[in-house]
Amino acid sequence: MASEIELIDVTKRYPGVAAPAVDSVSMTIRAGEIVVLVGPSGCGKTTTMRMINRLIEPTSGRITIDGEDTLSLNPDRLRRGIGYAIQQAGLFPHLTVGQNVATVPGLLGWGRSRVSERVDEMLDLVGLDPAEFRDRYPRQLSGGQQQRVGVARALAADPPVLLMDEPFGAVDPITRGNLQDELMRLQAELRKTIVFVTHDFDEAVKIGDRIAVLGPQSRILQYDTPEAILANPADDTVAGFVGAGASLKQLRLRRVREVELSRAVTARVTDEPAEVGRRLVEAGREYALLLDARNRPVSWAHVRHPGQPRPVGDSVSLQSTLQDALEAMLTEGGAAVVTGARGEYVGLVEMDAVIGTVQKLRGDHAEPAS
Amino acid sequence: MSFWEFVNDRWSRLLVESLLHVSAVVQCTVVAVVIGVGIGVAVYRSPLGSAAAIALTSAVLTIPSFALLGLLIPVLGLGAKPTVVALVLYGLLPIVRNTIVGLAGVDGAVRDAARGIGMSRFGVLTRVELRLAWPAILTGTRIATQMLMGIAAIAAYVRGPGLGVEIFAGLTRAGSANATNQAIAGTVGIVVLALLLDGVFAVIGRYTTSRGIRGE
Ligand SMILES: Nc1ncnc2c1ncn2[C@@H]1O[C@H](COP(=O)(O)OP(=O)(O)OP(=O)(O)O)[C@@H](O)[C@H]1O
Ligand SMILES: [Mg+2]
Repeated sequence: MASEIELIDVTKRYPGVAAPAVDSVSMTIRAGEIVVLVGPSGCGKTTTMRMINRLIEPTSGRITIDGEDTLSLNPDRLRRGIGYAIQQAGLFPHLTVGQNVATVPGLLGWGRSRVSERVDEMLDLVGLDPAEFRDRYPRQLSGGQQQRVGVARALAADPPVLLMDEPFGAVDPITRGNLQDELMRLQAELRKTIVFVTHDFDEAVKIGDRIAVLGPQSRILQYDTPEAILANPADDTVAGFVGAGASLKQLRLRRVREVELSRAVTARVTDEPAEVGRRLVEAGREYALLLDARNRPVSWAHVRHPGQPRPVGDSVSLQSTLQDALEAMLTEGGAAVVTGARGEYVGLVEMDAVIGTVQKLRGDHAEPAS
Repeated sequence: MSFWEFVNDRWSRLLVESLLHVSAVVQCTVVAVVIGVGIGVAVYRSPLGSAAAIALTSAVLTIPSFALLGLLIPVLGLGAKPTVVALVLYGLLPIVRNTIVGLAGVDGAVRDAARGIGMSRFGVLTRVELRLAWPAILTGTRIATQMLMGIAAIAAYVRGPGLGVEIFAGLTRAGSANATNQAIAGTVGIVVLALLLDGVFAVIGRYTTSRGIRGE
């Protein structure tokens, strides 16, 4: 369940401020996508987002959700149908975790047993054991746990739209990474329309289906997929925001399963070293990958001294990003071993495959000849 | 007659006066809470309004209680009426001030989240802001009660009810038999009642404040 959101010529002027905070913004947010609003501090991201649920009323322009003008609805009722999660979580400190999550279903008049079932379901969904956390108070939670509860509360009434204002801005980088992974997992399941505000471009690249890079007064500098923005920034400002290493960042968007794997010369760990050496010479290759009885990679044997194999360090899975693969290549000093679900050998990723992928991305998003 | 003999002798009368004293203070506190929290809620969003409300209620407190009661006689006569008005007015300051401080101290993110997930303004006030400001309001009320216990004694001057009657009678009859005992009985009675009432507040605080915001 998701809704399309449309902003049409939306402007916000704060009283007593000459320049508008948001100047005539128009954009369409497609149903079921995560759209990330990213831009420098003070550019109007929060203002733009808060106009969607009318916490801030637009000075002019229209915002529609599934074609319905938000201004035609009662603002409280509108907000009950839109999830809302913010940086400081904003949990009610006097209520338990369970009561916090139950707030919107309660406002919507759900029955008692349906609400309590829903609370447990939501806590499960965000990775908190209901039995352990339901009756705790917010002050008894870590920052990351509070954020999870904030997200559970926002999703409790199953709203088609979710607004998130720097929801992971106040936690440490590792927790932030985990929360991002979880949001992506949730989204794969729920397919909501999510408007996500951040000023961290890497976060935008990681979680966004589409990124809107905003300039002063919320002017849209570029609105496209992360791949397209990385491959071809619309102007110098966007390029500056993308920052150095755009090609490296692209590697995070591509998975090992998307590139062509090459084959290693393989042998059993139990095979005679001399026999392994002979097969390597025959194949004209330098290294053989030795597998155990269950086809799991164990070590590399070199053609000149096949009797002294070197253990396999890092391996990657089909779901790993090309960045992970590159990392593994650098530590392994050659190709990265790819393993399947049970740790069995599947293939190798080689440098050429990575380079080829980046080249192809550039080509796909190249500016049309002008 | 020793002090204890005096108390023993007048026990039933002292008990009635104590009950009247406490009941006057408690009832006036309740009225002051209703008015004081109402004022606090009305002004806390505006810094100017907050400052004005606090200044005004402080001004009341600077009027000597003797003077205020005296000034009320021509308007309201003697007895319960001027007593109630004076006690309510004196009780306002700590309640108004603590309501404003409590409400203004609510974390902006909590208020924003409450609005953002669809609570009405009234819902935010009653289900979030007042709940979070409650410990502060309760403290203000407790201070008001303690203050009113003493001020209520002065109300005997306008023929108000309570232990003040004993104190005034004792003081006007100074020198005659048992005059001192009478004044002391009234005074000690007020102190004891004040302590008991404070204990009641501690219990109320314990059972009406969420475990989530109780400092422990
Ligand atoms: N209530 C207000 N009154 C006046 N000006 C405001 C108000 N709120 C925001 N502004 C101004 O509007 C502009 C946009 O603010 P906004 O909060 O939308 O920025 P933002 O992109 O979310 O920034 P940040 O990344 O720092 O959160 C800023 O210049 C800010 O100073
Ligand atoms: Mg912001």
